[in-house]
Amino acid sequence: MSDFDLMTNTGSSVHRKRRIVNAVMTALTAACAVFATAVLLIIIFYITVQGFSSLSLGFLTDTPKPVGEGGGIGNAIVGSAMMTALAVLLGLPVGIAAGVYLAEYGKNWFGNTVRFVADTLTGIPSIIIGIFIYTLVVVPMGRQSGLAGGLALSVIMLPIVARTTEEMIKLVPNSMREGALALGAPQWRVSWNIVLPAAASGIATGAMLAIARITGETAPLLFTALNSRFYNFFYDQPMSSLTVQIYNYATGPFEVEHAMAWAATLILVGLILVINILVRFLTRKKF
Amino acid sequence: MAQTGAVGDKIFRSILLIAAASILLIVAAIFYMMVQNSIPTLERFGFGFLIGSEWKPAQEGFGALPFIYGTVVSSIIALVLAVPVSLGIAIFLVEQAPQKIARPIAFMVELLAAIPSVVYGLWGIFVLAPFIRNYLGVFLKDYFGWISLFQGRLTGIGMLTAGIILAIMIMPIITAVVRDVLEAVPSTQREAALALGATKWETTSIVLGNAVSGIAGAVVLGLGRAIGETMAVTMVIGNSPQISASLFEPANTIASLLAANFAEATDRIYLSALIEIGLVLFLVTFVVNALAKLLILSVTRDTSGGRPA
Repeated sequence: MSDFDLMTNTGSSVHRKRRIVNAVMTALTAACAVFATAVLLIIIFYITVQGFSSLSLGFLTDTPKPVGEGGGIGNAIVGSAMMTALAVLLGLPVGIAAGVYLAEYGKNWFGNTVRFVADTLTGIPSIIIGIFIYTLVVVPMGRQSGLAGGLALSVIMLPIVARTTEEMIKLVPNSMREGALALGAPQWRVSWNIVLPAAASGIATGAMLAIARITGETAPLLFTALNSRFYNFFYDQPMSSLTVQIYNYATGPFEVEHAMAWAATLILVGLILVINILVRFLTRKKF
Repeated sequence: MAQTGAVGDKIFRSILLIAAASILLIVAAIFYMMVQNSIPTLERFGFGFLIGSEWKPAQEGFGALPFIYGTVVSSIIALVLAVPVSLGIAIFLVEQAPQKIARPIAFMVELLAAIPSVVYGLWGIFVLAPFIRNYLGVFLKDYFGWISLFQGRLTGIGMLTAGIILAIMIMPIITAVVRDVLEAVPSTQREAALALGATKWETTSIVLGNAVSGIAGAVVLGLGRAIGETMAVTMVIGNSPQISASLFEPANTIASLLAANFAEATDRIYLSALIEIGLVLFLVTFVVNALAKLLILSVTRDTSGGRPA
């Protein structure tokens, strides 16, 4: 409105120029936003169209076969689920405990250091975590295994869970802590019985996002879990995963393999998007 | 009662402390294990490893320069493309769009960050690479072919494709941080500028000026992601250890070298060379991320006025 008044009052070329610059920049920033959403829609469009054309029930339960004999991703789904479960089992409790520490006792140099290092660890390329677990687990064991893959994923999950837990616990009002302490509850009871339950749903949504993130990880599994052409239910053996299977199919020489890569991607991205949208829906109701 | 409380407190706090300390321990262990496992090449090649340009594992020739070059150039392409667009999106979302439009768009940009790297790689191979081979690359060759960057054989697989994929992947990360930084700038600044008769854009440029170190932090954070991004780059860059002036030519980055070769590296010296180059990647991304964090904190901590960070 202010520009409009200036225009009509004076009408000088300086004001006209200012208004044109304003309009151009507004249009440009809007174009950037349109571009980003278009990229997302194009990617999802390709995954949906290409993926559905080669999706079938057999594909979801079968194991990889020589080219021309069909094949599927059944063992990869099981492998991904098993390694993610192991990562959650290890990474979630430790991550939550670390997050509670940061929120409740972390206002000192040690807490600041952990916070800083956790954020930096989140930014370290996941392939580095793969190398780390390779030297720590695969070399001593003498072979790749689902255990190594799950451990690598848990290392990736740990700092993410720690930081989201901390943020969620900080949202719990201090009056709740004070009330419990005034009633004579020891500090640990306050944290365990009052603060954690109050922050539970927030921590759970954070954990879901972390799970979505590690389900999509490929690089740390390449040489820790390796891959397997068969159903494998044992953590001490090489294990297949959706992401590594997509990588192998996508970089293979045959059309059939590419089609299977798209179908597997549809499953993977579908799962990740559902988790993200669900979290969005759950948190929107709360805040 | 008080007694059990005190003992319980001690136990509880110790458990939490161990969990928090495990994060420090892991980072220290990563560093230790990588140094330990790259001793063979560290001793044998010293600093020459970083500047050697020959990579011939079979003849035990290990020079990391082609991969450092590929990492730097692909990251620069990504930043040049992603930074202006990310700034535009963030400005649109924070300064211009009404809430009703901004919210769904912000969510969709966040979803871009949720898509796994290997999926970008798949999309890159079968959608982006043909597009560059048939359209974008041809256009660049026709109009800018006099620059050596845009000469050479155009296959769609190479440095340019990797840079564009990286740009798409770091765009949501830079956007998210710039949004946070802009939101941390007090609204009184905007009101003051508007009250003095500034246009919306002039107001925005004042806000940008005051958020500049936070924006720098966002860019550095994006750089860190670009340097370490692995799968998507591996799938579209062509994995060739060469230093070429042309962006159309295949190249390789540190991360994609590791992804493509680590599993097959069986002899001791080859494995050591790969781990040493991984150590370089670890140290660089650690420093870059730490720098980004410091820059972002300098803005969001000072002006938010809320809880201390």
